[in-house]
Amino acid sequence: MGKTFLKPNSLSDNHTHYCPGCTHGVIHRLIAEVIDELKIRKNTVGVAPVGCAVLAYNYFNFDFQEAAHGRAPAMATGIKRVRPDLNVFTYQGDGDLASIGMSEIIHSANRGEKFTTIFVNNAVYGMTGGQMAPTTMPNQKTTTSPFGRDVKDVGMPIKMANLLAALQTPGYIERTTVLKPKYIVKAKKAIKKAFIYQMEKKCFSFVEVVSTCPTNWGMTPQDSIKWAEDTLLPYYELGVFKDTPKMEEKNAK
Amino acid sequence: MQSEVMFAGFGGQGILLSGKILAQTAMDQGFEVAWVPSYGPEMRGGTAYCTVVISDEPIGSPIIKNPAHLVAMNRPSLEKFAGIVKPKGVILINASLIPIRSGRDDIDELIVQTTEIASEIGNIRAANIVALASFIARSRIVDFDIFRECVKKEFSKKPKLIPLNMKAVDKGKLAANFDV
Amino acid sequence: MAKVLMKGNEAIGEAAIRSGCLNYFAYPITPQSEVAEYLAKRMPEVGGMFLQGESEVAVGYMLFGASACGERVFTTSSSPGISLMSEAISYIAAAQCPVVFVNIMRGGPGLGGILPSQADYSQSVKGGGHGDYKLLVMAPASVQEAVEMVTEAFVLAEKYRNPVMILGDGLIGQMMEPVEFPEKVAAKPSDKSEWATTGMDTRKSDKRNLVKTLFLDPEELNRHNLMLKEKYKKMEAEEVRYSTYNTDGDYKAVIASYGTMSRVCKTAIDMLKKEGIEVCMIRPQTLFPFPEVAIRKAVEKKSCKLAISIEMNMGQMVEDIQRSVSGIVPVKWYGKCGGEIPTPEETAEAVKKYLNNEE
Repeated sequence: MGKTFLKPNSLSDNHTHYCPGCTHGVIHRLIAEVIDELKIRKNTVGVAPVGCAVLAYNYFNFDFQEAAHGRAPAMATGIKRVRPDLNVFTYQGDGDLASIGMSEIIHSANRGEKFTTIFVNNAVYGMTGGQMAPTTMPNQKTTTSPFGRDVKDVGMPIKMANLLAALQTPGYIERTTVLKPKYIVKAKKAIKKAFIYQMEKKCFSFVEVVSTCPTNWGMTPQDSIKWAEDTLLPYYELGVFKDTPKMEEKNAK
Repeated sequence: MQSEVMFAGFGGQGILLSGKILAQTAMDQGFEVAWVPSYGPEMRGGTAYCTVVISDEPIGSPIIKNPAHLVAMNRPSLEKFAGIVKPKGVILINASLIPIRSGRDDIDELIVQTTEIASEIGNIRAANIVALASFIARSRIVDFDIFRECVKKEFSKKPKLIPLNMKAVDKGKLAANFDV
Repeated sequence: MAKVLMKGNEAIGEAAIRSGCLNYFAYPITPQSEVAEYLAKRMPEVGGMFLQGESEVAVGYMLFGASACGERVFTTSSSPGISLMSEAISYIAAAQCPVVFVNIMRGGPGLGGILPSQADYSQSVKGGGHGDYKLLVMAPASVQEAVEMVTEAFVLAEKYRNPVMILGDGLIGQMMEPVEFPEKVAAKPSDKSEWATTGMDTRKSDKRNLVKTLFLDPEELNRHNLMLKEKYKKMEAEEVRYSTYNTDGDYKAVIASYGTMSRVCKTAIDMLKKEGIEVCMIRPQTLFPFPEVAIRKAVEKKSCKLAISIEMNMGQMVEDIQRSVSGIVPVKWYGKCGGEIPTPEETAEAVKKYLNNEE
């Protein structure tokens, strides 16, 4: 009997360093499956962020660049502008993308750079040890908001997909999650669509993935999934915020 | 031999362009040249000036303390720079805008009504070319015929302006001869 | 090709194209914006690419990304802009990407001024960004030399897989001088598919390429730094460039000066000669690697009493000269911070004063 469940070619044989219950592994796999299915592994370049996924290139099996904190969209812009034939994606967390890299993501999206961004939002800085992120929920305790996020002091969490959807240029923006199998199926569809739009040179595509961080949230993996569903999903509502890949062509006219 | 010309006036008087045409002429004649502008906020309406260095050997310092000649297109420029011109140099005074004189008796003062002359030939914006032609005719710093070709070349992308500027060149030369 | 009269900034843009670099990312800043304005028109004519980034920070990483996938790429900026790019420069040096930077320096610190200055000597030569890295730094003294250095910079950047900085002052960018461009593209870009993320299908093997700067294993990081150090040593051995002036006679002092300032010094030396005072100049054309040996040899002449660093800053090169002369003669400094450029007369006066004090 042959194997029925294989590792995608786009993943390496390395074991990940991610914590138990972390959703990065699932999201990596979805990207890898999509790249395999689209047969674009050999002309894909990934751009890793700073954050837990900084070592993502150890788990994928194709060309990769490693960016500085928040600058992945600028690097992806550089790649796409000189090698438009390559498929390029950035893989960024919420501290990286929504805080230090806010300028780079907004301008890349607004220029309609033809790459894909996978934005993993777990409402906390992971790699640096659980500090408050721009996406941290009101009253959520982190190491730098030990009494809970005080929105009177630091404002409300930023909804990146909503924010980018307010721009006229970007063509495809969807928020997904991988908390349960039914969501995972949808998330994969979104990622695939994002890469297809890129291959068709249509638009900038952005897929937010609401995720968990059991370690820094101080919860078991099961509890963190429940907390994410109860707390994050009502605020970070799932759905397609924009799917107008041809808008850019229209604007150009 | 090295010579230097300073052009100075208001931004918008074509100061930098005059300098550029002189530099181009000198280069076409086979000289070494450097065109050194003033740049920055003063470009936008305030005082603009540039220095053109012309030499028959590689140019050392492009920074000139005492230029050989001065083309002053407005009063503040004359007041500021008349004193630094080397003896025996030419100081062109744009009399259309400058009621005073250099106060120097060791230089060759050339008084030209640039605006009036330019206006006579049809466009006051050619005042800078009138001044430049006058200055070159008087100082003989470069060959006048090569200069004429350079003016043509400068306006080659706007051929409509060539006849006007050719007139400016001729009238400027004439003005230099009259004011002896 | 015939000579053309061109502004330094425009000539630098044209030189990049003729050096086979068709990719340019930049952000406007005085006094180098003419490069972007020129290339915004020129790049489409030659099938090249120009993108105005949202900030110098972003431009730094656009260069990194583009270079890391194997393409020739460059930028131009001025002092405060280079500070913002310095973050990326550290990464680019760490990842060994051959990016060419041009800094048309203005006065600092802070916003400083917009007039010519050489106040970024230390930033370029000693660091700027974090970590142990070196840029190969070239200092042109004329528009023609700037053009030639641009062409050479691309070759050296690829030879060493290292960022190269062309350090010009505002005058080099703003001045017009006759230039002659090389007829042909200088050198073909080297094949970078060995290390760059050119896409796996550009390689015969199934090897995938990774451009990164993170080395969590301390031994590996140390090895990486030692390898970089070896590279910088090789530059010091092979890439020192300088020119000399008036070194034949029995000079009393050696001037070290670069860029526009060195031209002022040249005229000052001629003036002093007329007064019977012999002074020579070593003009570093590369600031890193520094012409240590040339300066040392120059001060070893018996008649020489002094070395003088003459710069448009507060004496940033003095330490490098002190290191070079290792105590043989005292090292003095003369200069202004920029904007106001010392005239040949002032420079000659300053040299005389130092010489009188020595006697």
